[in-house]
Amino acid sequence: MSSLSVSETAGIAQASADARVSIRVEDVSVTYRTSLEKKPTMKTTLLRLGRRERIVREIEALKHVNLEVRQGEVLGILGANGAGKSTLVRTMAGILPPTIGRVEVRGRVSTLLALGVGFNRELSGRENVTLGGLAAGLSRAQLRDKYDEIVEFAELEEFMDMPMNTYSSGMYGRLAFSVAVNMDPDILLIDEALSVGDAKFRKKSFKKMQELCAQDRTVVLVSHALGSIEELCDRAVWMHKGELQMEGEPDDVVHAYTKFLDVGEDALTMEDL
Amino acid sequence: MSTEIGTSPGDPELDARQAVVAPEHDEERQVEWKTEQHVYEPHRVGLPPLGPYVRELWRRREFAFELSRTTLRAQHFETAFGKLWLVLNPMLLAFVYFVLVDILRHGHRPHGYFAHLVAGIFLYYFFSGAVRESVKSVVGGGRLVLNTAFPRTLLPLSTVITAFWRFIPTFLIYIPIHLISGLPVNLATLWIIPIVLTIAFIAAGLAMFVAALQVYFRDVKSFMPYVLRLWLYASPVLWYPNEVPNHWEWILKANPIGGPMAAWSVVLQKGHAAPPVDMLTGLAWAVGLFVAGALFFMSREREFAVRL
Repeated sequence: MSSLSVSETAGIAQASADARVSIRVEDVSVTYRTSLEKKPTMKTTLLRLGRRERIVREIEALKHVNLEVRQGEVLGILGANGAGKSTLVRTMAGILPPTIGRVEVRGRVSTLLALGVGFNRELSGRENVTLGGLAAGLSRAQLRDKYDEIVEFAELEEFMDMPMNTYSSGMYGRLAFSVAVNMDPDILLIDEALSVGDAKFRKKSFKKMQELCAQDRTVVLVSHALGSIEELCDRAVWMHKGELQMEGEPDDVVHAYTKFLDVGEDALTMEDL
Repeated sequence: MSTEIGTSPGDPELDARQAVVAPEHDEERQVEWKTEQHVYEPHRVGLPPLGPYVRELWRRREFAFELSRTTLRAQHFETAFGKLWLVLNPMLLAFVYFVLVDILRHGHRPHGYFAHLVAGIFLYYFFSGAVRESVKSVVGGGRLVLNTAFPRTLLPLSTVITAFWRFIPTFLIYIPIHLISGLPVNLATLWIIPIVLTIAFIAAGLAMFVAALQVYFRDVKSFMPYVLRLWLYASPVLWYPNEVPNHWEWILKANPIGGPMAAWSVVLQKGHAAPPVDMLTGLAWAVGLFVAGALFFMSREREFAVRL
């Protein structure tokens, strides 16, 4: 933190006074290196020696993104696959620290990311919920309080002590959704995980989302379902190739994005927007 | 990891800032301290800020214990037969080596050799179990690592806790063997506590190292059985530390667990205090490997979320 300049420090002091900001993303870039191999091994590394193949690729997932989410606001993020939406949400959650810039988050965060809850399908639902909660920083007492609510909402009472590899994908998604929304978070980060389960559960989860959005909670919602962005969000941003393309009223942003999708990137200069 | 605003001690700029802000916003700050605040910034020299990292690690220690408990439950550790099963494997190994060494030594074995062998194998199993299981800890943490922000060191450290719990019943089995062999029990026997602790820290350092390495090279896991088997032969388990010919003694020093394992044998067999040389080399290895392993792991852990 000692690398902060004087002006930045002054900015933070102001920010501390302005308690209404939940998430502040300041000039954030995220670059990471990833292997092109699915399972990199020493063997392949040795075999490749001297052949000068590059198997590590640098990915610039976010480029100088500035964004503020106020407390109680529901922000929708839309954009094509690979636009950096998930990276942005993961940076807000602290999973992927920025390469440049700074992210400030105020409040308890609950995440519902694309990949679902739990980590070990051989463990029971109950064990996965407990371990996930403890890793997320909840205390045992908090977990105990919430546990019944989570199970009841997911409608998985009789499945909680069964290994999660016996679950259907819908049940998996239902549990993930239920854990995320029932943790009473100040900030809820959701990445393309709204439409899970059967029609009945979708209805129920959408209702729960409306309920959560109506409360004084900050919600960041990544979705390809443009309809739900229009319906749930107060504001929307459109991301394109790691940059913020547009920011504004959900209707306007969705409209611009749809137009962009119809016309295609080449035919459309950004002034047309 | 996350940094709480204004909590890093000794940061001159922060202190200055607090001095400016504090008078007007004193009450507000009080409230802020109670709500959670996180600041995510680029890692300096690849490392997350250490103070907050360790604080978060401590705050979530329950996760490591619960993960260990869950792992043990999956292995039926809570049942008597489950525990017996755990003891059976090293016990059978001890029998195999006993027969083997007995043949090689033409039946000339020192008094208490079987107890030395069993004690050595049990302690070595604690060490090797921790290291072997930790290899999978981060890669096996899959979705949790991808979706949750928490200090990843909890994953390999949890395997050390698991290995320790598995060590306890084996040690209980050793006690009657020790007594039947007529080996001494005295005040010096208490040295086993610092010895086990030293081994635990060495294991933790290596556990963090191999767990991170496995993310980059998924075949590290397949090398581990060979490495650990050779390591067993290079440790004073099948042989006594004082039997080592002079020109081979460097092996004992170069082996991180050589010192503590030698001390383990001296304490249990002779009832003497642990030799200071062995304990000090062991301690030096423990501190060195733990710090190096932790720094290596932490410098890489940012990438885990994109490498799994």
